[in-house]
Amino acid sequence: MSTHTELITTHGRPQRRPGRRFIGAQLVLGLLLVYFLVPFYWIVINSSKDAAGLFGGGSALWFADSIDYLGNLQTLFTYNGGIYLQWIGNSAFYALTGGVGATILCVLAGYGFAKYRFRGRTFTFSLLLGAVMVPLTALVIPTFIMLSQLNLTNTVWSVILPSLLNPFGVYLMTVFARDAVPDELLDAARVDGAGELRTFVQVALPLMRPAIVTVLLLSIVATWNNFFLPLAMLQNNRLFPVTVGINQWQSLAAANNGGGTSLWSLIIIGSLVSIVPLVIAFLSLQRYWQGGLSMGSLK
Amino acid sequence: MTSTTLAQPRPRAGIATARRRHTLVGWAFVAPFAIVFVVFLIAPLAYAFYLSLFRKALIGGTQFVWFENYLKAFTDEHFLSGVWFVLTFSVVLIPVQMLVSLAIALILDVVTTRFARFSRLMIFLPYAIPVVIGALMWGFLYSKNFGPLGELFGLFGANAPDFLSPQLIFFGLLNVVTWQWAGYYMIILYAALQGIDPSIYEAARIDGANNWQIAVRIKVPMITNSLVLILVFALIGTLQFFNEPMMLKFLAAGTIGPDFTPNMYAYQQAFALANFNYGSAISFALGIVVFICVYIFMLATRKRGGFLG
Repeated sequence: MSTHTELITTHGRPQRRPGRRFIGAQLVLGLLLVYFLVPFYWIVINSSKDAAGLFGGGSALWFADSIDYLGNLQTLFTYNGGIYLQWIGNSAFYALTGGVGATILCVLAGYGFAKYRFRGRTFTFSLLLGAVMVPLTALVIPTFIMLSQLNLTNTVWSVILPSLLNPFGVYLMTVFARDAVPDELLDAARVDGAGELRTFVQVALPLMRPAIVTVLLLSIVATWNNFFLPLAMLQNNRLFPVTVGINQWQSLAAANNGGGTSLWSLIIIGSLVSIVPLVIAFLSLQRYWQGGLSMGSLK
Repeated sequence: MTSTTLAQPRPRAGIATARRRHTLVGWAFVAPFAIVFVVFLIAPLAYAFYLSLFRKALIGGTQFVWFENYLKAFTDEHFLSGVWFVLTFSVVLIPVQMLVSLAIALILDVVTTRFARFSRLMIFLPYAIPVVIGALMWGFLYSKNFGPLGELFGLFGANAPDFLSPQLIFFGLLNVVTWQWAGYYMIILYAALQGIDPSIYEAARIDGANNWQIAVRIKVPMITNSLVLILVFALIGTLQFFNEPMMLKFLAAGTIGPDFTPNMYAYQQAFALANFNYGSAISFALGIVVFICVYIFMLATRKRGGFLG
């Protein structure tokens, strides 16, 4: 496993000469860094403010007189019977079930496409490549109508089941499995008497691990970030993921400008809290996705 | 990639039985995905097409109207203005986004300091943020109530631009999308650059090429496949534009109407007006148009080793 991780992260290339500084280029990078981090900075600062701090005319880029993260967090977690925590929990639940489910389907199908010459494979695979180009939001409205006839809308299934579809993930797994799992190894396992399933689990799966982690991460992020699908499917706000929930708060806050002012501080700290899990996941798993993200384009 | 060369058959005795077994086991592996594919991709598309051929009237119930909904869509100002917006938006956004991500990737490919590695991580970070939250954060920064633009421009005695106004919302959205995706595209390009054999650069340097020439004449041509891939991703994403304007419409009161993009219009038709037939027609038309545009583009830029191979 470690050899393959290295293979896709460094491509066997020797390290470049260290010590070359490129002052101008680094200055450009510094400016870009400021640009990319400004929204994070703003949201961290303004999460500390109450309505008075937000609307009181103080600087938007610095703290107001009262810095009250804990108070805002407490209001956030208790507002409307703790609905925010419910939303976060829902998001995590949808992301894990949808993401893990989608990844399992991708791994199985990718291995099947890469390692078996079955009848209809060429046709199915070109259908899959075509599907990568279908904008998935175009499917939301018809899927909604289909599921509503089965009385499945406004349930967790209406969010999880469509999330299992990830044609690009299958494509990535196919490309990766084709190169990373040698046919000779599979044949050797078969000659030794291992069945097809056992060959897959014990020989192929470990070799495919770097791609599995990448597809898993991409699927989880896609489901966690999904907005159109749950927005269309769900009416019960107890089932909302956090993206749809914050959107609802925002429409409430915008609708009654005067009475809604306190909601804005909840929206701001709520946005901050909702991005923390993904930021941590990305920073801690970087050695996986950095190599993995390039797989589709290198081949 | 050439899909026909996947898994060459190995010569062996009993080829017929081996083939049958391959077909059976191969399908067993592909089946779970194939079921989801049929149920949640083929079926909705077919169903959307079917629905789009009907019209529901208050008097007379549901009628089969052939392609009337499509004729209506392509003469419907609301739909056409949305289409015009996403097309102009793609034409401006995609080159900007690709140039930004390519420039960063090229810089990161030569600068290998700790600061550069840190920047790479931070520039990628917006990809991990839900689009909805990213749009909201920028909406706050643009806003007169919460944003710093008034203060900053006030320092120079100037009036702050209002990126939530009808005149500037185009650029406001342009900035949000670039911020959100440039890092992701940068990582794809960066990884492709890292995959180039560095001995090529040595050869070029001996021939007297400087860093700039190496970047423009060697590196960029060698990562064409990756550039095409991100262009296709950007095209598919932009034509179905929905989340960002949907989120900013509350902060930009009056600027973003329900027909701002085709997808928002389809959403309004289906969910606000319960006009599922017309909504389906718009969805289907959008899906097909995107698919055809992208397919033609991919065929036109096809190279050996490309996505469609």
